[in-house]
Amino acid sequence: MTGARLLTRALADPASVAALDADDWTTLLTMARAEQLIGSLAHRLDGIAMRDAAAAILGDARLSMDHARRQALWEAEMARRALADVDVPVVLLKGTAYVAAGLSAGIGRSIGDLDILVPRDALGVVEEALIERGGWEWVKEDDYDDAYYRDHMHELPPLIHKERDRMIDVHHTILPLTAKPTPDAAALLADSEPLESGLRVLSAPDMICHAACHLFADGDLAGGLRNLWDIDRLLRDFGDAPGFWDRLGECADRHQLSRAVARALRLAERLYGTPVDGDVAGRGRAGDALYIRRLLARDGWGRETRKGLRGAFYIRSHWLRMPPVMLGRHLWTKWRKN
Amino acid sequence: MSGMRHEFRVTVGPVGFRIGSDWAGPLDAMRRLYSGYPAPGIPDFTVRLAAQRPWRRFIRPSVMIGGDFMLPDAAPMALAHGLLAAEMGMNLQMALGQRRHLLLHASAVERDGRALLMTGLSGAGKSTLSALLGERGWRFMGDEFALLDPESGLVHPFPRMVSLKNEAIGQFGGVVDPARLGPVMTGTPKGTIRHLRPPDDAIARMAEPAVPALLLFPRFGHDPAVREIGEAEIFVRLTQASTNYVALGETGFTALTRLIETVPCRALDYADTDTAVDMVETLWGELA
Repeated sequence: MTGARLLTRALADPASVAALDADDWTTLLTMARAEQLIGSLAHRLDGIAMRDAAAAILGDARLSMDHARRQALWEAEMARRALADVDVPVVLLKGTAYVAAGLSAGIGRSIGDLDILVPRDALGVVEEALIERGGWEWVKEDDYDDAYYRDHMHELPPLIHKERDRMIDVHHTILPLTAKPTPDAAALLADSEPLESGLRVLSAPDMICHAACHLFADGDLAGGLRNLWDIDRLLRDFGDAPGFWDRLGECADRHQLSRAVARALRLAERLYGTPVDGDVAGRGRAGDALYIRRLLARDGWGRETRKGLRGAFYIRSHWLRMPPVMLGRHLWTKWRKN
Repeated sequence: MSGMRHEFRVTVGPVGFRIGSDWAGPLDAMRRLYSGYPAPGIPDFTVRLAAQRPWRRFIRPSVMIGGDFMLPDAAPMALAHGLLAAEMGMNLQMALGQRRHLLLHASAVERDGRALLMTGLSGAGKSTLSALLGERGWRFMGDEFALLDPESGLVHPFPRMVSLKNEAIGQFGGVVDPARLGPVMTGTPKGTIRHLRPPDDAIARMAEPAVPALLLFPRFGHDPAVREIGEAEIFVRLTQASTNYVALGETGFTALTRLIETVPCRALDYADTDTAVDMVETLWGELA
């Protein structure tokens, strides 16, 4: 079995673990940790007969992710309180949104930073409220990075909480401003749906669009198997709703993300057997196989493999984020600083 | 699937490790010192000792410590310190990844099923004291981590090799079987280090937990004195001595407060280890 297939198979088909021997289990658990999927795997394999040592490790992972979930929801609540007097919609993104909305993608998911989306013209007041009332502060004072974020990125420079040591990323859209596709941020906000707390989450199709952005545009597809697992779980939650696939096609089109969404669907189908709509996923393309190879580039010791392919995807991810001349200038500046 | 060139597995207390290495040397040293320890079928943690670049396996070889849990920006170590790197890699997995037990940065010894825990800042002497007591009639449980089971309240042993540092090395030179001592490693980030294999009964009984009965905060380099400490102060010190207290959430809080409410605690200053051993015996007789 090549690369992380063992992991994607266990996630997609839990019964398949019955055939694993001790060394296979060691490989599976090591890969799951390295791909930040150990908590998802633990919940997925809940109730399946397995060796005691494996059950104990997965039990630990479940506890760990339960704690991560509680912390993530608490961070969201802290942000809500800090922003209560600011009259703007606050949309939770990614992991925190999944757990807050009770979606399957949130079960056992590791969650790091708190990501929120707010209207671009409200960035100033949101930033001020988080710092003045919430207790967050700038992570680092670096003029180049700060200016770069403010001029070209889809989010503010990261803020960290003084006491809780947790980061918040304040987004105003879901792709860097320098990227070729320009998602319709106003539509993302307008179509978002309220939770009981007053915080909001993206509409179902927009969640898929954002997850696809996250998969392809952030770094060199690092964490790709986890991001793709999110997409699988979301589609299984949403896929049966009447009209969902049509709306997904429309939203992807409106955000200029049709190709990214189509490819994400095809990759999810290939790796996790996700049921997808053929019209939205489109026909397989030659590049898909390279993506699959890159996503599975992990060995049984948890190490990254296929360095060349990873490097190519790293450059490609930057290529998607900014035009060539700007990319050259950016990499030159970063290289000189380091 | 490509593996690592060399592999060694070992179970220490309730925790199984596998260590992969680009070099045979560090693992040969571990195999010798850990002979007779069980090996896990499915290890809890993976540690990797890898060359920084492929050619650094041969030229100015330096060891990068990796594994399931890693610190960003960890500095590479000299291959001559490979054994220490392996131990640090194992400690790192425990510090960052352990969730089954509340992990206390403490040494522990046992007598009659009851455990004495010693914790304190680095250099306080908890490691040396536990190793000495282990040679003088106590069962050695561990010199670095005590594993508190949140459900049972029992302390589980973690009898890895004792890491003797600097002056402490001389105290064991003529006392223990030389076969129990590892290579002398000079110029490590922690000074001179030499590993000591725990006594055989400590290894044979590594799966036996004990009831915590006394908690001491030893402090080396002061006139002999024993002081009481308030519960709030003990609590704060122990949260600082635990690497996974925050990660365990309410479970960690409950386990820690139960320990503090049920186990007597003293601060213990000492100037030489013989005096300290006597003071420990006296306190044990009075309090435990």
